[in-house]
Amino acid sequence: MKRYVFRRLLVAIPSLLIASLIVFSLPRLLPGDVVQLMLEEKAYGKDLDDLRAKLGLNRPMYIQYVEWLGQVARGDLGESLWTRRPVLEELARRLPISLELGVLALAFAIVIAVPIGVVAAIRQDTLADYAMRSMAILGLSVPGFWIATLCVLLPAIWWGWSPPIQFTAFSVSPWAHFAQFLLPAFILGIASAAAIMRLTRGTLLEVLRQDYVRTAWAKGLRERVVVLKHSLKNALIPVVTVLGIQVAQILGGTVIFESIFGLPGMGRFLFDAINQRDYPVIQGVNLLIVSVVVLMNLIVDAFYAFLDPRIRY
Amino acid sequence: MQSNPVEVAPWGDRISSKSGSPSHTAAVLQHLWQFVRHKPLGALGGFIVLVLLTLALFAPWIAPYKYDETIPGGRMKAPGAQFWMGTDNLGRDVFSRVVYGASVSVTVGFGAVLLANVLAALIGVTSGYFGGAYDICVQRVVDAWQSFPFLVVILSMMAVLGPGLLNLVLALGVLGAAAGSRVVRGATISVMQNTYVEAARALGAGHLRIMLCYLLPNVAATIIILATIGLGAAILAESALSFLGFGVPPPYPSWGAMLSGSGRSFMYRAPWMAIWPGAAISLAVFGFNMLGDALRDVLDPRLRGGGGRPVS
Repeated sequence: MKRYVFRRLLVAIPSLLIASLIVFSLPRLLPGDVVQLMLEEKAYGKDLDDLRAKLGLNRPMYIQYVEWLGQVARGDLGESLWTRRPVLEELARRLPISLELGVLALAFAIVIAVPIGVVAAIRQDTLADYAMRSMAILGLSVPGFWIATLCVLLPAIWWGWSPPIQFTAFSVSPWAHFAQFLLPAFILGIASAAAIMRLTRGTLLEVLRQDYVRTAWAKGLRERVVVLKHSLKNALIPVVTVLGIQVAQILGGTVIFESIFGLPGMGRFLFDAINQRDYPVIQGVNLLIVSVVVLMNLIVDAFYAFLDPRIRY
Repeated sequence: MQSNPVEVAPWGDRISSKSGSPSHTAAVLQHLWQFVRHKPLGALGGFIVLVLLTLALFAPWIAPYKYDETIPGGRMKAPGAQFWMGTDNLGRDVFSRVVYGASVSVTVGFGAVLLANVLAALIGVTSGYFGGAYDICVQRVVDAWQSFPFLVVILSMMAVLGPGLLNLVLALGVLGAAAGSRVVRGATISVMQNTYVEAARALGAGHLRIMLCYLLPNVAATIIILATIGLGAAILAESALSFLGFGVPPPYPSWGAMLSGSGRSFMYRAPWMAIWPGAAISLAVFGFNMLGDALRDVLDPRLRGGGGRPVS
């Protein structure tokens, strides 16, 4: 097990390096030079070359890349070209907000999806099953930003109520702080819930056809025990694996949802940075997101071996 | 001795067919009918897809107005007999814009999926066939590519390329290829276990011949399924990008863009501006997902129960 985790970490290193190269070079290809933009809007330097030199953008790209990698290894993500604030500091402030949104969304997804998946599986091919499966496909099809838009729009029209779009810090009011995440997290979790529900149903159906489940029935155990205790545990193993993918999905979704609901998290930070061509910020956020996803997949894989003792690495 | 060929549909029903074109048509129709009977939801999806394609192809004839035509004195009119889905804040007919929007979605969807699947087949089949160092290198790049959340990469890519229909196709296609190539690679490796591949090699067939004539046709079903499900995902992605302002530039009517931008503040007075484009996206993606699901059940039982958005 230890050896496996170690080996997986080793394999993750080249992937992360390639990813870091992508992270680094993508924003630099952005048309519309940041230097031009800054000169026009803020008059930070005398002329283009002066400002370029000030920002350290006048050296060859590969030198900038190696330097940046060195900085990252020392835990320094540079500072924003616009606000001159350290990227790491900004991320430390914004990451908890995105994490709160993401974790809540994932929790919603699991709590909704697993019971529905179980019911759909044990009532296979009944009307309830068809209805739930159609709902799941619908959940995968409806764009989250549309539901979010309607959730802001319709209550305002009907009852004159709209969800809060002013961010409330935890220290100001814990309940208001928590409550503002509920609606965005729920909508963000819908697509993941649909995917998890379909997978739960599929794997549970497979497990229910196994011999040991027939034995459990033959022993005269109640349905609850057979399904929940004997079958569901094994059926959930593949579900754990897709959670890694869902985390990536949800992290991407924060870009849209934080903008609509006015949450000052990482996603909105990235969105603004892309619009402003703020290289260090784009690099920093992307690198953090990729690291989280890679780490998450590693944890999922290790957990997988723990859940299923038959798996030996 | 001439035997009467008996075809067995993938769901197990026997379908007899004789050679000759009229009965061939009959057999195809029978296949279709069986599909409708056994997969009603899939058939519904197929119907939605057909409607979408019709709208996309014949938009100029179906839409009562041009997509950028401003109707004098027609700002934010509620849905009614003249404007089925109302008009927007600039006095444009929402129904016409939704109809024209179908062609944007279909163009981006099909373009991106075509590119994604050609690339996925190229990467997947060669990676699975050659194996070894080549496979390891390619797979690490795919790993790295896949560890980015979908929306994050695509946003960065669209910022690099700039908004536009062609760029959208390019970005979505390249991105979709990574996930697809994994599936094709897996299918290729499993097809390679067959003795006919060994036989072909023993007969002296070259690498290219084996890949083109033996492997590719046998992973084709997988690719078709990937494509159908990918279409829904591509349309969804296009709408999200246009919503964020990185997709198709105005005034061209993308469903996603219709939900965002300057019109947003007017939606409190004209909610139909928000309702119809979103409903159109949902319905289109729903259709492709339903059809894709049914096709997967019929064509490739091994892929059943995978669940989830494929291009992510």
